[in-house]
Amino acid sequence: MRFSFSAEQDEFRTSLRRALEARSTTKDVRRLMATEQGFDRESWKKLNQEMGLTAVHIPEAYGGGGFGYGELGIVLEEMGRNLLCAPFFSTAVLATTALLNAGTEDQKKALLPGIAAGDVTATFAFSEDSGLNDAASVAMTATPSGGSYKLDGAKSFVLDGHTADLIVVLARKPGSKGEDGLSFFTVDGKAPGLERRLLKTMDETRKLARLTFKGVEAKLLGGEGKAAAPFARTRQQVIVCLANEMVGGAERLREDALDYVKMRMQFGRSIASFQTTKNKAADMLVDVEMAKSTAYYAAAALDEGDSDLAAVASLAKAMASEAYLQTAIHAVQMHGGIGFTWDNDTHLWFKRAKSSEILFGDANHHRELMMQAWA
Amino acid sequence: MSEPTEDSVRAEVSAWLNANWKPEYGLVEWRLKLCESGWGAPHWPRQWYGRGLPVKFNSVVDEEFARIGAVGVAKAGIRTLAAATILEHGTDLHKEKFLKRILTGEDTWCQLFSEPGSGSDMAGAVTRADKQGNKWVINGQKVWTTSAHKAHWGLLLARANWDVPKHKGLAYFVLDMKQPGVQVHPLRQMNNHASFNQVFFTDAIVEPEFLVSDVGDGWTVATTTLMHERRGADGLRTWAQATGKTGRIYDEERAEIATTMEPYKWYPQRAGRVDLVMQRARETGKINDPVIRQEIAKLLSLSKAAEWTARRARAAQDQGKPQGPEGSLGKLVSSHVARQAARVHTYLTGSDALLSGADSPMEGVIAEILVSVPATSIAGGTDEIQRNIISERVLKMPKETSVDTAKPFKDVPRNITAS
Repeated sequence: MRFSFSAEQDEFRTSLRRALEARSTTKDVRRLMATEQGFDRESWKKLNQEMGLTAVHIPEAYGGGGFGYGELGIVLEEMGRNLLCAPFFSTAVLATTALLNAGTEDQKKALLPGIAAGDVTATFAFSEDSGLNDAASVAMTATPSGGSYKLDGAKSFVLDGHTADLIVVLARKPGSKGEDGLSFFTVDGKAPGLERRLLKTMDETRKLARLTFKGVEAKLLGGEGKAAAPFARTRQQVIVCLANEMVGGAERLREDALDYVKMRMQFGRSIASFQTTKNKAADMLVDVEMAKSTAYYAAAALDEGDSDLAAVASLAKAMASEAYLQTAIHAVQMHGGIGFTWDNDTHLWFKRAKSSEILFGDANHHRELMMQAWA
Repeated sequence: MSEPTEDSVRAEVSAWLNANWKPEYGLVEWRLKLCESGWGAPHWPRQWYGRGLPVKFNSVVDEEFARIGAVGVAKAGIRTLAAATILEHGTDLHKEKFLKRILTGEDTWCQLFSEPGSGSDMAGAVTRADKQGNKWVINGQKVWTTSAHKAHWGLLLARANWDVPKHKGLAYFVLDMKQPGVQVHPLRQMNNHASFNQVFFTDAIVEPEFLVSDVGDGWTVATTTLMHERRGADGLRTWAQATGKTGRIYDEERAEIATTMEPYKWYPQRAGRVDLVMQRARETGKINDPVIRQEIAKLLSLSKAAEWTARRARAAQDQGKPQGPEGSLGKLVSSHVARQAARVHTYLTGSDALLSGADSPMEGVIAEILVSVPATSIAGGTDEIQRNIISERVLKMPKETSVDTAKPFKDVPRNITAS
C-alpha cells in the first residue's frame, strides 16, 4: 500500500493550495454562500480549466487526466481546506464516479469529455425524503416510454441539484423492491416536468436541492436493473472522497485555532502557554493526523483495488466525521467568545464539519458497515 | 575499498558464517568469535567489536544469521542502552571493560534514573553522589528499575552539586550493583506482577574512573540513553526471540532470553490485546450486540489509524522528507488504543470480568488486560508529558513559565521523600 505522496503529487498540492488561497478567500466564500447558485460559473470554469480539476481522475480516453484517487484526494483535501464554493464534489465525485461505474463505453465517451473540459456541471441524485443512502430506500419509478423512460417521484439532499446541467438519477422498475430493478438514468437539468428547489441549509457553502420529477424524460445509463453493484461501488468512492475533503478542512481549523491562541494574551501571558490549551492542541493534532492517515489509506486502497475496501472506506468516513467535528468544537472553544460570532470565520468550517459528518451516513452508520464487512 | 552495498555485505557475512558457524559452540564462546569478527554489531566501530558499517545494513546481516540459523550477540534488555551510551560518551577504559561482556551476554545491566520523588521530572533526581577521597559515595533511592536484582552494572544518574540549577548538578556513573551498599527490593504492581525494583543506596561506592560524564554534564549523557530507549523501545523487548532449534547453544540462548524477557511477559496485555477482540466477540455472542459493535468498531478504527499513521511516518522518513507531525504521536495514540481495548474487553466479558486467574476467561489473560492497561499511559513518559512534548516541539507552543530551572537546586521545593 502507498503511504506517502510522490514529489509530483506534493508539487501539485502546493500549486493548487496557492491558487485556492488566492481565489477562495473567506471573503469569496462568504460572498458566494449567500448566493442562490452557490458559486460563480465563470470564475469556477476558469480555475477548473487552468488546473484541470474535474479532469483529474477521468481516464484519458474520455478526455481526462488519467490520474487516480490519490490525486483526486489531494484536490478534495485542498478544496476542503479553503472551503471552495464550486460544484466540484457533485460533478467530479458524485456524477463522474456514477458515470464511470455504470455507463457503457459509448455513454462514457459521450458524457465525460464535457465534464473533464469543465463545460458541464453534473450531480447524482439518489437519496429521497428519508435521507437514507441505501439502494432499498429508492422509491422513484422509471417507466419505459418509447425508446426512453419517464421518471416519477422526488429526490432530496441532492448536492448542487438546483444548478447541475446533467443529473444522474437512481430509480426503480415499478413494483420492484430492495436492490432489484434499480437502474441509473441521466436527465437534463432543464428537462420539462423537473422542478428544482434549493433547500435552506445549515452549511451554506454546501448547496442542497429537492427535485420533483413528474414524467420527466430520462435515458438509461448502463444496464437495466443492474444498478445495485455500481451504486455500491459509487458510494464507497464517494465517502472516501468526502473523507479526504474533510481532513483538509479539519487541518485548516486546527492550524487557525493554534495561530489564534499563540496570539491571544490573557492574565499577562499567551494563552498558548497554558497547559490546558497545549493539551487540547496536542489532542487536536492526534485527531486530525489519525483521520488523515485513514483518508489517505482509503484513497490508496481505491487506487490499488484493495479487497477490504468496504470496511476501509467506512472506517475513513467514520474517523473523519468525528475528527472534523471534534476539531471544530475545540476550535470554537479556543477562540472563546469571538469564536461564536458570525464575523469570525471559524463557524464556516464548523458548519462544514457538521454537514460533512452527516452527509452520506454518520459515524455510527459507517462503523456498523465496517462491522458488517469484518464480522 | 569500494563502498559497501547490500549485496556485498550479504555476500561477506554469508561467507563468514558458512566458514565459522557451528551449533556446537557454547554461547559465550561463539559470541567471542562474533566480537572478533565484528559481525555481532556490524554498525559499531571496527576498533570496538564492529565493522563500521552504516546501521541500515544491520537488517541484511540479521537476515543472513536467521537464514543459516546462527545465534547473534545478546541484544535484549538495558544492555543495549548501556552500550549505546558508552560508545558515545565512555572512555576507552569503559569500552574495554564493558562492551565485549555486553555483546557476549555475560553482564546484565539496569538503568538507575527514576526516583520516587522524580518521575516525569527526571532531572529533579536527589540521589546524592559525594566525593570522599578519590571515590564517589552514593546515597538515596531509585525506582522502576527493570532487572535490578540480576544486574551486574547500573547506569546511575545522581546529584553531585546542589548549588547550581537542577540540570547542571547531575553526574552519570556506572555503578557496580554487586556491593553491600546496594539493596534491591521488588516493587509489586497493581496487576500483581513485580517486573521492577526499588534500589536503595547506603554509602554505595563508585570508583572515580566509572564517572561517565563530567560532573554537571550527567543530564546530557542521560539524554543519550533516553533517546536510545525511545528509539528502540519495542526492540528492547522483541528482538529477543528464541528459535525452536535444539542443541547446546540454542538451549543456552533460550535460557538467557527467558530470563531477560521475564519482566515483560504481561506487556502484550498492557497494550490491550486488540488481537483477541473479534475472537472473543464471536465466542461470547456479543458480536450481535449493536452497542458493543460500535465500541469494537471504534477500537479497530483507532488501532488501524495508529498503524497507518506509523507507516506514513516511516514512508516519509524513507523518502528522506523532514519528519512531519505524524511521527510524534505514536506513544499517546497507543494509550487511546489500550484504554478502548480494555473497555471493549470488559463489555465482551460481562460478569466474568469480576474474576481473575484460573476462574476467569482465558486463564486470566482478560483479567490481566483490565489491570495492566493503566500502565500504558504512564510508562515511558506519561500522556501528559507526551502532550507537552507534542505541543512544544511539534506545534511550537510556549513552555509553561518555569519556577525551578534558574535557581540553585537546593532552593527548589521538592517532595518530602527527598534526602
